[in-house]
Amino acid sequence: MAITLVPAPRAAPPPLVPKAVRGWRERLSPYAYIAPFFVLFAVFGLFPLAFTFYVALFDWNPIGDRVFIGADNFTRMFADPRFWNAARNTVSIWFLSTVPQLLLALVLAHVLNHARLRFALFFRMSVLIPYVTSVAATAIVFAQLFDRDYGMLNWVLGLVGVAPVDFVQSAVGSHVLIATMVVWRWFGYTTLLYLASLQAVPLAVYEAAAIDGAGPWQRFRHITVPSLRPVIIFTVVTSTIGGLQIFTEPLLIATGAPLTCGAVRQCQTLTLFLYEQGFGEFEFGYGSAVGVALFVVVVVIAAINYLLSTRIRADR
Amino acid sequence: MTTATARRRPHGRVRWWTYLLLSAATVACLFPLYWMFVVATSDTATATRMPPAVVPGDNFFHLVGLVLDTVPFVRALLNSLFVATAIGAGQAVLCALAGFAFAKLSFPGRNTLFLVVVLTMTVPTQLSIIPQYMIMSTLGWVDTLQALVVPGLASAFGIFWMRQHITATISDELVQAATIDGANSWQVFWRIAFPIVRPAAFVLGLFGFVTAWNDFLWPFIVLKTPERYTAQIAIKALQNSYDVDLGLAMSGSFLATAPLVVLFVLVGRRMVAGILDGAFKG
Repeated sequence: MAITLVPAPRAAPPPLVPKAVRGWRERLSPYAYIAPFFVLFAVFGLFPLAFTFYVALFDWNPIGDRVFIGADNFTRMFADPRFWNAARNTVSIWFLSTVPQLLLALVLAHVLNHARLRFALFFRMSVLIPYVTSVAATAIVFAQLFDRDYGMLNWVLGLVGVAPVDFVQSAVGSHVLIATMVVWRWFGYTTLLYLASLQAVPLAVYEAAAIDGAGPWQRFRHITVPSLRPVIIFTVVTSTIGGLQIFTEPLLIATGAPLTCGAVRQCQTLTLFLYEQGFGEFEFGYGSAVGVALFVVVVVIAAINYLLSTRIRADR
Repeated sequence: MTTATARRRPHGRVRWWTYLLLSAATVACLFPLYWMFVVATSDTATATRMPPAVVPGDNFFHLVGLVLDTVPFVRALLNSLFVATAIGAGQAVLCALAGFAFAKLSFPGRNTLFLVVVLTMTVPTQLSIIPQYMIMSTLGWVDTLQALVVPGLASAFGIFWMRQHITATISDELVQAATIDGANSWQVFWRIAFPIVRPAAFVLGLFGFVTAWNDFLWPFIVLKTPERYTAQIAIKALQNSYDVDLGLAMSGSFLATAPLVVLFVLVGRRMVAGILDGAFKG
């Protein structure tokens, strides 16, 4: 490659051809190259988002009736026990899926980072297999494995004398079941993200620690975990945003009452509640209010993430 | 290369428990898929037997026949293939083109527009499904496959990633030389830039393909008639059937998952490399 003694300017590179030589087509072509993204995002991303805020102010029936009701949907939502139930379920499932996933990924990334590990590619590929499996297929298989009467898990529990657990019908059980599916699908991906970060840590750091007498646990505790702090925060934030959108797993495990995820809404998440209101009850306005609430939560989380990551950079 | 990479990572003896741990993780990852295959090949009596059967049965073709009688599953697989391929290929080309413009062309507003692209990565659009549905309804796209493909082509992350790759692999001098030889920017992109970054675009397309193939919420909202179902929605339809056959939903799941597992065996190495490049942190 070309070597220059003068450092390249930080700003935009100079035009590769003098402007006078370039025709109007050439001057406009960059906009044509980026236009598809901006048009698609405006039509299918930004506009619907803004429109959610608008629809949320109406009593809006898809058949055509709409009445402006101001903030009524929001006051109704804050007084709706179903909303708070869905919020609690979402937080519970998020917590149960994020904490084990993070710990598992930390440990696996640490051991996969070993230079002399045999079959490293095989292990890396194996943990990524769940990621290419669809949520729908995952939900069906895990619902079967966790089944009260025919599930393999309950059979194993029975061997050690535990009475069959009805995972789907109980709140805690269904949350554990959904969290298990989330962890299964995502822990390998998270592991590889952590591994990518770990490979940037110089070996000298580990060697120096070993010379100073640090054992494997101390190296994990004092080198691996601190150097992964930014990517850990990143994955906590993405798993939180993903957790707010959990939909398919609860829809598919409770076959009798899918839109509420069970008779007493024991595993209905916020996105499922949004769907139930919008497409089950045809209350577009109320459903959009739930969408607005979710959006606000996501923005707050993103802001916290931004503050945390600037803090981390400042700490260095 | 190998030694250089190896030297940067911890060495010393690999403890036996490392392999035990990794083997356990491998089994945990693969067992549910194996179990899916076992139930997809067994009759209901075997699938619900205690202790559970652990070897595949010989009922596979009977169950596949039942699946095909219940929903047009071959059609669903073809629909999924079409949607996922269009999105994967579309993202690869469109993001490479936009990334090329942001990396190698100068135009007024470039930095601001790129900042907008980066900012859109943080916008959670899945929460506005009700207006999205209303737009599809206005366009007359409800119950069509383009309702899935067209919005899926926009990928802010893809543009960001392709720009990084183009900046890192294609020198300004190369672009300049081609321009002096009389190539316009479109020719520079197709003849020079795209061939060089094709591996990166391919990996981006793979992730787009996998995500589109596995998508559930949006197809579930938009698709109405069984002939338009994608494989994921066809699975849901199998589960709805009241003829309670455990093997049925499981056979459908298997049919919808097997193509991706085959794809992964062929190209999983490149997907792993893509993540380890730090490419998919977003």
